[in-house]
Amino acid sequence: MTETADTGHDRADGPLDGGAGAAAERLAVAFARILRGGGLSVPLGSVLTFGEALGDLGVEDRNAVYWAARTTLVRRPEDIPFFDRAFAVFWEQRAPGAEPAPDDVVHLTLAVDTDEGDDQQGEAEPAGDDPTLTLRFSAVETLRQKDFAAYSRDELRQAQQLMADLRLTGSRRRSRRLVKSKIERRSGQARPDLRRTVHAALRAGGEPISQRYREPGERLRRLVLLLDVSGSMEPYARALLRFVQAAVAGRQRVEAFALGTRLTRVTRELSSRDPDRALAQAAGQVQDWSGGTRLGDCLRQFNDRWGVRGMARGAIVVILSDGWDRGEPEVLAEQMVRLQRVAYKVVWVNPLKVTPGYAPLARGMAAALPHVDDFVEGHSVMALEELAEVISR
Amino acid sequence: MTSAPPAVRNVAEALARHGYLPDEGLATAVYLAMKLRRPLLLEGEAGVGKTEVAKVLARWTDGELIRLQCYEGIDVGQAVYEWDYSRQLLHLRAAEASGEAADAGTEALEHELYNERFLVKRALLQAIAPADGPSPILLIDEVDRADDEFEAFLLEVLSDFQITIPELGTFRAERPPFVILTSNRTRDVHDALKRRCLYHWVEHPSFEREVAIVRLRVPEVQEGLARQVAAAVEAMRGLQLYKPPGVAETIDWAAALGVLGTSELSEATVASTLGTVLKYREDQERVRQHGVADLVKQAFERGLLPG
Repeated sequence: MTETADTGHDRADGPLDGGAGAAAERLAVAFARILRGGGLSVPLGSVLTFGEALGDLGVEDRNAVYWAARTTLVRRPEDIPFFDRAFAVFWEQRAPGAEPAPDDVVHLTLAVDTDEGDDQQGEAEPAGDDPTLTLRFSAVETLRQKDFAAYSRDELRQAQQLMADLRLTGSRRRSRRLVKSKIERRSGQARPDLRRTVHAALRAGGEPISQRYREPGERLRRLVLLLDVSGSMEPYARALLRFVQAAVAGRQRVEAFALGTRLTRVTRELSSRDPDRALAQAAGQVQDWSGGTRLGDCLRQFNDRWGVRGMARGAIVVILSDGWDRGEPEVLAEQMVRLQRVAYKVVWVNPLKVTPGYAPLARGMAAALPHVDDFVEGHSVMALEELAEVISR
Repeated sequence: MTSAPPAVRNVAEALARHGYLPDEGLATAVYLAMKLRRPLLLEGEAGVGKTEVAKVLARWTDGELIRLQCYEGIDVGQAVYEWDYSRQLLHLRAAEASGEAADAGTEALEHELYNERFLVKRALLQAIAPADGPSPILLIDEVDRADDEFEAFLLEVLSDFQITIPELGTFRAERPPFVILTSNRTRDVHDALKRRCLYHWVEHPSFEREVAIVRLRVPEVQEGLARQVAAAVEAMRGLQLYKPPGVAETIDWAAALGVLGTSELSEATVASTLGTVLKYREDQERVRQHGVADLVKQAFERGLLPG
């Protein structure tokens, strides 16, 4: 269905005409403009519906206008707080009959968490270039093995290209949907396909000579990527975000979240095919970039709001984090147990794993490790290639 | 809701008469959906009463309630129509036995097979195929469980309210059904589908509304107990449980207490009926850790009648 299909679809019997209708429509357009200024996506069709609703309910009563606007313009609960603020401002400033100035944009300030101590930064310090790398001939090959933390800006760009070539296939599972079976005789899960049998019978003058079957098809398992964007992950987060973006844009059924002091869903932002745009959008969405880490709390939010309800069920869940957690390790352990109970596989990717002498000493990591199915590195493109391997097993 | 426009108030009152107490937001959404003939997408926590909206609408409008429960892998055969192949086969056999098959020839026989009487109408076709009486209420439940491809198909049906069956032709709704979609948000419903719909996020009800809901749905429970139950549930929702109880659980709990002949909450009654409100062992444990006695005390204080 195209966008044009729903613009003004039901308008033929709309109650808008002349004076009151025109006022309602002006009001609708003005308010939609404010919402768009704040980053909400407000398609024209919704604005028209809003105008129609106002034509019906009138523009005098604050609550009526509020609910008409919310019902027609908001489509995600996350947008409700912003909507509420925008509406309050809009309603306050609306002089009777006047249109608000177009530059009446509500600006949102980004809150950056700065309560992070310096104690963690030392741990995240890269160990410098691995001396063996210099022996490699191909620049690309070197780059593949180089620690993200040691990348220059140019190298990061090249590596992003490499990551774009990564293909995450993911393992398959049986689906409920039945597909045509090639087999001629009944076996295992195959069920008779009466439709095709009848069709074949018709061709044979009504005699069901050959019987056809259907069997369960296969589907990709959902892949859920949880990326730690806290201060201690700084050297890796940007490179890994590109990896996550490649995964989201590259195949179906992928969900992505950023973990920091809070949980942010970035699937929609990352699904743009243009990586630069996608990364910019995601970075704009994540308010606690390079802030503190509350892994346990974030995972709890994920489990409560998304994971256990269905998103993580039977899915492959990949957590990309160094395991530094300022919250209680018990909380993290408890949430990992919940997650592992519903997920098909939980993979923990820790870029610090290759650091010489690394032991999972971070309290969070130690708490989470018993509940992880696969524990892999994630410091270089090559490590991510291995990760892609692990995921597709 | 005294300030609401009369039309919205009417909707709220009508729903209340049929056993559902909406807040102003939901009443406005339902009113607009009916008035503008748009599908209404309801999202919210499990157990806040999304599905119930469709049921009460059916009771109110006397329209037939047609329910399509979505699940992964649902396809056209389960949602729209299917040919009754076994009966078609039988028909073939019968035609053969009576010698009709030989006379009529394959072409005519095939034509006969794809007749409406061999068509099994599933929910979407039922909602669209012409029928007498008021517009049906089409409930598309848990649409987030269906696959993306099915969503695209739904979008098409919800835009035109028509369905084409290659062998038979096009069915078109004379009176479009009133459509309610619900989603638990295990994934985002596609934006194109959302744009087609009006949207309402259903919240847990406020304390007073929840008391009223319990009183309405479980009339045998006294007001005092209803208030205590609502207060206890409200307190539980603040305990960071895995699955905070929804209105459905509140009603179940009140009903259970009613059946047991309880007139007020006590530690013992709460302990023995906790399973009707909390369905996770961990959640029950958390409430016990928090202290059932405390909870009861809190519920008593909060549940006191005003004044």
